[in-house]
Amino acid sequence: MALDRWIALVLLGVCMAYGYAAWFTMDDSLAPFMQRNPIWPSTFPKVLSALGILTCLVILSGVEKGEAKIGDIDYRRLGDYKIGQAGLLLALMAVYALALRPVGFLVSTSGFLILGSVILGERRWILMIVIAALATGIVWYLVQQVLGIYLRPLPWALGG
Amino acid sequence: MLEGLLIGLQTAFSVQNLLMVIGGCLIGTFIGMLPGLGPMSIIAIMIPVAISIGDPSAALILLAGVYYGAIFGGSTSSILLNAPGVAGTVATSFDGYPMARQGKAGKALTIAAIASFCGGTIGAVLLMVFAPALSTVALLFHSAEYFALMVVGLSAIAAFAGTGQVGKAILMTLLGLIMATVGEGALFNMPRFTMGLMDLQSGFGFVTLAMAMFALPEALFLVLNPARSAQGDGGDIKDLRITRAEAKSIAPVIGRQSIQGFFIGVLPGAGATIASFLGYAVERNIATEDEQKEFGKGSIKGLAAPETANNAACTGSFVPLLTLGIPGSGTTAILLGALIALNVTPGPRLMLDDPQIFWAVIISMYIGNLILLILNLPLIPYIAKILAVPRTFLIPFILFFTLMGAYIGQNNATELLILVGFGICATVLRFADYPLAPLLIGFILGGMMENNFSRSMQLYDGPSFIWERPMTLGLLVIAALLVVLPSYRKRRARARQEGVAEGD
Repeated sequence: MALDRWIALVLLGVCMAYGYAAWFTMDDSLAPFMQRNPIWPSTFPKVLSALGILTCLVILSGVEKGEAKIGDIDYRRLGDYKIGQAGLLLALMAVYALALRPVGFLVSTSGFLILGSVILGERRWILMIVIAALATGIVWYLVQQVLGIYLRPLPWALGG
Repeated sequence: MLEGLLIGLQTAFSVQNLLMVIGGCLIGTFIGMLPGLGPMSIIAIMIPVAISIGDPSAALILLAGVYYGAIFGGSTSSILLNAPGVAGTVATSFDGYPMARQGKAGKALTIAAIASFCGGTIGAVLLMVFAPALSTVALLFHSAEYFALMVVGLSAIAAFAGTGQVGKAILMTLLGLIMATVGEGALFNMPRFTMGLMDLQSGFGFVTLAMAMFALPEALFLVLNPARSAQGDGGDIKDLRITRAEAKSIAPVIGRQSIQGFFIGVLPGAGATIASFLGYAVERNIATEDEQKEFGKGSIKGLAAPETANNAACTGSFVPLLTLGIPGSGTTAILLGALIALNVTPGPRLMLDDPQIFWAVIISMYIGNLILLILNLPLIPYIAKILAVPRTFLIPFILFFTLMGAYIGQNNATELLILVGFGICATVLRFADYPLAPLLIGFILGGMMENNFSRSMQLYDGPSFIWERPMTLGLLVIAALLVVLPSYRKRRARARQEGVAEGD
């Protein structure tokens, strides 16, 4: 089965779970005066879940056959691409998300930019450190001072 | 209209707003030139900045400037590197890149800039004429018609954006609508589908979703396939002049394509890509035989046609956004989200309630086009140096700005994790050729659509508004036809190809 149909199968599950929540769990907690309304909070989701399930089934059944079109990246040859680098960068983004508050903006952002370049194969350390530090400083100044949005600059322990 | 124009002039020519246009155009050109970053990603990244400005006119002027700049920047990388940053400028590279290889990069950029300028300016004139007229009609609409109109808009987007697979596009639209129901709705003060998580109480962040759908997958694709981030030294760009004969030969092309491109842009879902390809095809067909041979090998007409058409279409796509409040493309959907965040609801009442926003945007389109021509063009040789930045530095920065965009909007680190999660899902969806723009448009329109649906249900005490209001019924029939017809025609064509007899 092609990837697009696997995705349709997963989305069918999502629509069914959503539909279950809409059809069977939402109406119990409805206040009596709202029950006399022609529209309930669950009405629109009920319609959407039904349409979603129907569309997933249409895609799964293959009624609408498309030409086997290869998108921007051919997932059948995923091994030929730099999948490791992409995975590491995604992991780095998640670590950055978790570190941003406790470690502070300046350290975590410089670290992110340097490690990002390292993952992509850059080894000019001094250049990387200078660029990362400069960019971090400028962005912090712009966001904090010009836009007035608070970004904790230093690690928690240093009282930043 | 004259009064409106004066208000627009007054607003747009304030020092702050002029700086916004200039800044927006420069930033747009600068980032738009980078391969893989289209206008949608750039605007999504710029939204937190625009929102923090606070003034809706200034914010929209900045974002609109970024939009034109990005399209222009995309054309530049198409011409210089044969690496279009956006689908809308793919047709530009057909003749632009051969011209650059013949040593005429400067000339090609000038033609592109003039064509963009004319397309954008003529488009703005048409917008000025048609938008108020359409607004007047739209004022007669009730919530039932609005609901139906949104269904038509979403169906049209699914039908056009589905690249032949309408089912996938519809599923993405529905997924967007489903995601819009998460959190506390406006009409019902109760949280829905939050699974008890406090972070989902206010629903998914729109900027986070926009970043996850467009900016992040693009950046990941650049990582996965280094060939996508074609790199150059910015080329040796000199001699930006064009001759009088050349100007004379492209003038009619520009005139025709401005009008054709604008009207294609008005249609929901059609947008700049279809306009540019169609413009190219039409001009090739009506060219003389000698000129036809030149197409694809560096024809100036072949370059002017898609450039004019895509800019006129971009302007055209503002018509449904400003008059009906319904975005026709991913980019205008992001603009709509930004406006809603600024407490402005685009639609027919925008012209009456906030005329300064409406007219300032139109006036800023003229200024933006002018700036692209007189300021950006001479700067292009210098701006193009960004193409020499190595990808090992570029990609971490793109990822960082994506993260920042989501973080600044919500000031919440959980949002960044949601961004990464959705980004991975969006990348997988793109692997399987699922279009993502319908998802975002569905998400943005979802709340409004449900509100209009609920209001009609309450007014008519049930779904009878569908058959009791002829206009609503008519619009819903059109929506159904839009969804069914492409599949039906494709099936019929396939049946014919296979020699299967057709039953009547």
